[in-house]
Amino acid sequence: MAVSTGLKYLKESALPHQWCSGCGNGVALKALLRAFEELEYASNQVVVVTGIGCWGKADIYIRTSALHVTHGRALAYATGIKAANPELHVVALMGDGDGTTIGGNHLIHSARRNMDLTAIIVNNLNYGMTGGQQSAMTPAGSITSTTSYGNPERAFDICALAEAAGANYVARESIYNGQALKNRMKEGLANKGFSLVEVVSPCTTLYGPRNNMREPVSMLRWLKKEGIPAIEYDKLVNPEADGYFRTGRLVSKQAPDFITRYREIQARVQGEMAGKQK
Amino acid sequence: MEKVAKLVQGNEAIAEGAFYAGARFYAGYPITPSSEIADISSRRLPKLGGIYMQMEDEIASIAAVIGASLTGTKSFTATSGPGFSLMQENLGVAIMGEVPCVLVEVQRSGPSTGLATRPGQSDYMQIRWGRHGDQTLIALAPASVAECFSLTVQAFNLSEKFRTPVVLAADEIVGHMRENFIFPKPGDLPVIDREKPTVTPAEYLPFNFGIDGAAPLASFGSEYTFHVTTTMHGENGYASTDPANATRRITHLHRKLEANRDEIVLTKSYDTEVCDVLIIAAGAVTRTARAAALEARKSGIKAGVLQLITIWPFPDKEVMAASVKAKKVIVAEMNYAGQLAGEVLKAIGNSVELRKVNTFNGEVMYPQAVLQEIQRASDSLAAGAK
Repeated sequence: MAVSTGLKYLKESALPHQWCSGCGNGVALKALLRAFEELEYASNQVVVVTGIGCWGKADIYIRTSALHVTHGRALAYATGIKAANPELHVVALMGDGDGTTIGGNHLIHSARRNMDLTAIIVNNLNYGMTGGQQSAMTPAGSITSTTSYGNPERAFDICALAEAAGANYVARESIYNGQALKNRMKEGLANKGFSLVEVVSPCTTLYGPRNNMREPVSMLRWLKKEGIPAIEYDKLVNPEADGYFRTGRLVSKQAPDFITRYREIQARVQGEMAGKQK
Repeated sequence: MEKVAKLVQGNEAIAEGAFYAGARFYAGYPITPSSEIADISSRRLPKLGGIYMQMEDEIASIAAVIGASLTGTKSFTATSGPGFSLMQENLGVAIMGEVPCVLVEVQRSGPSTGLATRPGQSDYMQIRWGRHGDQTLIALAPASVAECFSLTVQAFNLSEKFRTPVVLAADEIVGHMRENFIFPKPGDLPVIDREKPTVTPAEYLPFNFGIDGAAPLASFGSEYTFHVTTTMHGENGYASTDPANATRRITHLHRKLEANRDEIVLTKSYDTEVCDVLIIAAGAVTRTARAAALEARKSGIKAGVLQLITIWPFPDKEVMAASVKAKKVIVAEMNYAGQLAGEVLKAIGNSVELRKVNTFNGEVMYPQAVLQEIQRASDSLAAGAK
């Protein structure tokens, strides 16, 4: 098979994109479009749902069907689309502010319900679009425009949260490793039930410079050093305190999704109805 | 076949009206006094091959409804005051994205939690203006169980035809009362489905509206690949910052309803042909007003009632036409500020004297309150004639 490019899903007329130099969104977008290509998705059978934020602008560059909605609510819209037409491949693209902060409630309930959706959360550790404020993924002690003296709050471990809430598939990669990222997205898309892929990404304009990573390349070095496979991570003593994060496929299971369960109920009540009519 | 009348609850008639109109997706969050609509939907939809989803909150409920509608499935939700407040931002998405859907608001007494199980009519302005931005929508208010059914069907029809959300502005009294009702058979009431595109997928523009109408809407999953966005967008559904496009788009959102207002606006008149004192009311208070007007007629006062069925767009022409025939106008409603009275005043100006009856104690408005005001209006008429 030829190497996938994802180009047939890219709306080239919308380029150049609006993202900053060194931003990871381009890598994340390419990984997603390559995953679509490798899974041989037809454009009209994919609905990309985006919220508000830097990564939430990704639909502008994608030539599948798309719905661009309110801040934090992409998964709730995606739930309605998938429930009403389960044949569709429904993907929610959200940033850390969108997906884990204002939209945290929809995230845990989508996972609990095991909706057959794929959430791609690009975590750039702060609110890029509005000037670099603290999000629920900003590490404790970090400097943002609203935590000038250091963040007093802790960040979520969004993968652990999704797992605890019942997601069928959970993975984390950084944009330093585009190939692995594409593979995780592909696995998440192919896995029935709720899938979450956290993409750790550099905000080179706002978060990096405020946190001793002035050059874009220094953020990439940070992602390379700190993002380590689970098997190595688990050997370390107190890895979290040293800033390490676990990468790779973290959860992969096949619990029945919402639609499968609902269809069983439909079949049962319709069967009872037919029985009564006899 | 023999028709058998059943004792039917308003909320039940709303749910059955939705299924009759073809609704096959419901997403909601339980809230008094609308919960029966969720209960019934959860039981009926699986049998009809549809989907009922109980969401994590009202924000998610309206979002899921909009998403489902974009697959071509007629979709609805039901809520009351606090839940309706939570739905406002995403209701704006349905307006901006021109996505058909029906939102049932069984009004209760507020503000905030208020008298949670008691009736109110204090959300008419929120229904019209509750979300930010230049926007408008359609709202219908039933006054009986029969209207709960027929206006729900009509809400879907208008929603599909004009690609707009429609609010069924019920109230706790009509939602919970029971009346004899015969469910219409298929074909008895018209059911309208949204217009689908006929152009090739390459030519399709989801926001290429015609003169005073909405553009055909494809479904996600059909042969058409298309974008819907809440950002200001061009005809192709992609974001646009062009000022001329913004002007055209906002104008269109209003114009598609304004140009068709005669089709959208519904009112009913009771004894208004020869009428000195006209009472204007909506929803459950229509019944109060009719009881009071009939009582007044027994004592020789020529009283009549104009029921506002469509609340938004406001029936200004119909209000004016009925008011100029009368000598006094009374607007009766279950809120403090006189939300409908303000609109009536805008419509009639100083041409006819306007009086108001407002109750906001969580009880149904009793005919006595309206009758007293009819009596005062009649007395002032007599005094003026001397």
